Amino acid sequence: MRWISEHSRTTLLIGLALAGLLQLISGNLDVYYLNIGLMAAIHVALAVSLNLVNGYTGQFSLGHAGFMAVGAYTAASLTTILPEALPAIAGLKGFSLQLWFVFSTLVGGGAAALCGFLVGMPSLRLRGDYLAIVTLGFGEIIRVFIQSSDTLGGARGLSGLPPLTSPFTCVSLAVISIYICGNLVKSTYGLGYLATRDDEIAAESVGVNTTRCKVNAFVVGAFIAGMAGSLYGHLLQYINPSQFGFLKSIEIVVLVILGGMGSTLGVSIAAVVMTFGLEQMRNLNEWRMVIYALLIIVFMIVRPQGVMGTLGVERSRTKSKRKAA
Amino acid sequence: MTLAKILLTFGATALLFVTGCAKQAETDSDVIKIGQFASLTGGIASFGQSSDAGTTLAIEEINAAGGVLGKQIELITEDDRSTAGEPANVVRKLIHRDKVSAVLGQVASSMSIEAAPICQEAGIPMITPASTNPEVTEKGDFIFRICFIDPFQGKVMAKFAKENLGASKSAILTDVKQDYSVGLTKYFKETFEEIGGEVVAEQSFSSGDTDFKAQLTTIKAADPEVIFVPAYYTEAALIALQARELGIELPLCGGDGWDSPKLFEIAGKAVDGCYFSNHYSQEDPSEAVQDFIAKYKAKHNAVPDAMAALGYDSAYVLVDAIKRAGSTEPEALRDAIATTSGYKGVTGTITLDENRNASKPAVVLKIAGGKASYVATVAP
Repeated sequence: MRWISEHSRTTLLIGLALAGLLQLISGNLDVYYLNIGLMAAIHVALAVSLNLVNGYTGQFSLGHAGFMAVGAYTAASLTTILPEALPAIAGLKGFSLQLWFVFSTLVGGGAAALCGFLVGMPSLRLRGDYLAIVTLGFGEIIRVFIQSSDTLGGARGLSGLPPLTSPFTCVSLAVISIYICGNLVKSTYGLGYLATRDDEIAAESVGVNTTRCKVNAFVVGAFIAGMAGSLYGHLLQYINPSQFGFLKSIEIVVLVILGGMGSTLGVSIAAVVMTFGLEQMRNLNEWRMVIYALLIIVFMIVRPQGVMGTLGVERSRTKSKRKAA
Repeated sequence: MTLAKILLTFGATALLFVTGCAKQAETDSDVIKIGQFASLTGGIASFGQSSDAGTTLAIEEINAAGGVLGKQIELITEDDRSTAGEPANVVRKLIHRDKVSAVLGQVASSMSIEAAPICQEAGIPMITPASTNPEVTEKGDFIFRICFIDPFQGKVMAKFAKENLGASKSAILTDVKQDYSVGLTKYFKETFEEIGGEVVAEQSFSSGDTDFKAQLTTIKAADPEVIFVPAYYTEAALIALQARELGIELPLCGGDGWDSPKLFEIAGKAVDGCYFSNHYSQEDPSEAVQDFIAKYKAKHNAVPDAMAALGYDSAYVLVDAIKRAGSTEPEALRDAIATTSGYKGVTGTITLDENRNASKPAVVLKIAGGKASYVATVAP
């Protein structure tokens, strides 16, 4: 546990304290902006977790929305469908209800992580484009599965989710995701991720189990995505399989690319700016999506390395360490 | 870049965010703000554009006549792009940022079901002009509708198919993605079997599909005498086209989701001889209807469909309630809407029952030569 420095643990606590503060003053804030803020926090968690796979480990996953869907539907089953059968849960109120929601969210994350493991085990032995296709397929399977399941609301979606997502849970998830991902890649273990990305053959030849690294990154990413999915669902109070389609995955990939692959700070900023930006452009009506696409094109031409450039991008230190040794 | 810096940046952003969006003071009220959400783009854009045109026309008339309670009405319209997840967003914006007194919308039931809990929670009255699925108004006591509901519409079409068309075997083709379609299928089947008919084939598809030949072939093999297609206009038109291609010459029946000029544009002759239930007929000679059609034509140079008529009525019902409530205070307004009784609108006399639904007669229209003409009126 050497890699969790005292310093960053303090910053984690500061982040959580900020989340608590936001919760306390949320009653005085404009609900509309607050909601966009919460959506931004959820997007931060999604982008940071995908960055672990796409940015740090150098794999190309297109199935992040699929993990979101697994998390959202699992948690919604526990908070919305289950209480209909179990009056004990339906009777929960206040703090215990929040605890139940946190538990449901963790279960949602766990279910997504399990899916990540099952998908990752066979497919992460593949490289590059092949993995993209497999994860794409996975996302579609999840969507079609939910669409044909009547208990989950089918294609019409599941409505009536209790509004349990609070400012505290959203911001905490974002902060904890940044903390976990930021520290993971600094750990000796996480160095394997970077080595896998930088040169897979070289990494293997020095004894890094690249498949294990990839599966690991994938599972952690899926876990966070699942929890983000749960918060997303309980914020909108309505989930529909079409919200978790291929386009949602692409949206998250765009955040990662705009932020700069492998820069936790960069993708976090990209997630916040894009969420607020898209909302602000609402009065442009049909031009909104055109401008969104144009911005991405221009940005990629002008600054292909992402918002932060190489600042904050973790580099593999295996080689230099080896030399020093 | 250390984690500390990352979190510092976040803290700073959060602070900006907090100071930037502290609750705005209540805006001075020399106008009454009414919000509307509609599908102005996307798969069911024709509905949204029609109902928006109707609502806008009504609000313009009211403003020209001096407004209500001595104030002008400002209508704020948001587009939900016919996309699930958007209605929740735009309705939140209307309520919390624009501070509207009431919300009008939507046509599609799925969209209204998504927005209703948000209006209910915020305590802002919502009137849906044309969502016929019963679940919409079950979301709470702030949610109203001014059209009939699917159990009634399903019953009307089942009776019509059995009694007027003399069919005893029917097939159903459902859109499983729409609450509207699933609900209508259920009630049609119930009534049709109750009065001695038999449903010989039940097939389904999802909104956005374009190929229905597999389902239609199965239906053809089951040899029905009528096919019930409770779909929205785009799919209904494609289904009609493909059915004729496969040599199925049976009449197709549908609900109010068929009512759009697009249906005739896409399907052309294929829908000749088909029937659908609707909220009003353009051929209705009554003064209210003809007057409305003339005004609508003058402004939009098109004949209004039922969604436009319902959008028009929904705005008038709301304004009538504001007038009776004497304020836009949400609870007073809710109670005033709930006691709407005998309001004479374009789509018939509107009286809201204790479940906040309007009980109104439905009309059945027959399509011939790119036009829908009146066949029968069925009272509840």
